[in-house]
Amino acid sequence: MTTSPEYPIRVLVAKPGLDGHDRGAKIVARALRDAGMEVIYTGLRQTPEQIANAAIQEDVDVIACSILSGAHNTLLPKVYDLLREEGAQEDILFIAGGVIPDEDIPALKEKGIAEVFTPGTPTGVIIQYINDQIRGGTLL
Amino acid sequence: MRDLLSLSAALDRGERRAVARLITWAERGDQRAYKIIGERFSKIGEAFILGVSGPPGSGKSTLTESFIRMLRAQGQRVGVIAVDPTSPFTGGAVLGDRVRMNEHATDREVFIRSMGTRGHLGGLSRATSAAIRALDLYGCDTIIVETVGVGQSEVDVMRVCDCTLMVMVPGLGDEIQAIKAGVMEVGDVFVVNKSDLDGARRTTRELRAMLALNHSDWRPPVEQVIALRGEGLELTWDLIESFRAYMSEEGRLRLRRKERARYELLGLAQTSIIERATSSQPHHSLIEEMSEQIANRTLDPYSALSLLLPQLLNSDTST
Repeated sequence: MTTSPEYPIRVLVAKPGLDGHDRGAKIVARALRDAGMEVIYTGLRQTPEQIANAAIQEDVDVIACSILSGAHNTLLPKVYDLLREEGAQEDILFIAGGVIPDEDIPALKEKGIAEVFTPGTPTGVIIQYINDQIRGGTLL
Repeated sequence: MRDLLSLSAALDRGERRAVARLITWAERGDQRAYKIIGERFSKIGEAFILGVSGPPGSGKSTLTESFIRMLRAQGQRVGVIAVDPTSPFTGGAVLGDRVRMNEHATDREVFIRSMGTRGHLGGLSRATSAAIRALDLYGCDTIIVETVGVGQSEVDVMRVCDCTLMVMVPGLGDEIQAIKAGVMEVGDVFVVNKSDLDGARRTTRELRAMLALNHSDWRPPVEQVIALRGEGLELTWDLIESFRAYMSEEGRLRLRRKERARYELLGLAQTSIIERATSSQPHHSLIEEMSEQIANRTLDPYSALSLLLPQLLNSDTST
């Protein structure tokens, strides 16, 4: 009998929309890497179509979008809808971070975004959340 | 798409998610991936597989992106496997090759997959061969395999590809670097990228001089390119095509594929022996005990191996 080894959790870190500030996304990418995850980094100014397509080709467990432009209410649900068109949302944990007002969060959660991490969140909290959801949950 | 049957069916319908999941299974060494690929093996082998290798920062991803564009203009379906290193300390990785290519993400005729090396040395990941086959099944006409940034001895790329493009840049060292064994020997076509930099012509000249001493009938050509501006790329592709034509003569490609098959088979045997050693509790305990003895110098590693190997080979093969 073989024991099943742990495989790295694969996370797509993406910057949707038009803001050109990716320091936060890079910090998160680095932290997830150091937590033993495989981070696929796609760079700045990605469209929802690019993000959803990359996530499907890469078969990621998690999409983490960083957004500071204020367009989160438009862009994030769009990504989710595109995933759903191919049935990929059932396998992917979709989280977001950045400058997102508290009052927008409930609506985002209704539209498929599992969790939102606002400025000041320690990276350890994000790591813990992902580990709990993927390893402890039914997603894998 | 979490079981063998539904994935097989989705794969045969040509669904992208099935291809993606098949690669994931292969990366995990999941036997189901081997079963699916094995059942379809006779359909695999039509795609042209181009390896792109070279030192870190030499422009492999940028060149790959340009080739995607060129091949798409010819109406081809293109697959890309981009390998980046996994941390030996945490097992994590940042796979960043997509940054240069993600504008092709929305093109349904392009499938890009990033892979971490996951502890495998040699410039690729262990599952690269299986990932190539998955993209071949998906109907890709050309599959580009981009290695990690290589140093001197990462030569696995020649063991999975029909043609290896070695991407060099000016200023990496004197000509003695070019006569060392290793990556310099596996290139079928060379480019000196960033040829607007100082020293490009010298690097090109030195490479040509060294490659002229090769004994093979094929003398790898060396071309100067500037990938970011697209300069020299069409000529480079012509050289790749010339190599392809050369290989198709006198059964050379057959021979190369046979060598590849032998290498892969031995690699799979090695992997499965190591897995057996590490996944079964009795073997694990034996290895722990032996390691302790070797550290205390009451046992030498060579004698330990002669005791261990028969145990590994004779044990039950069921998984």
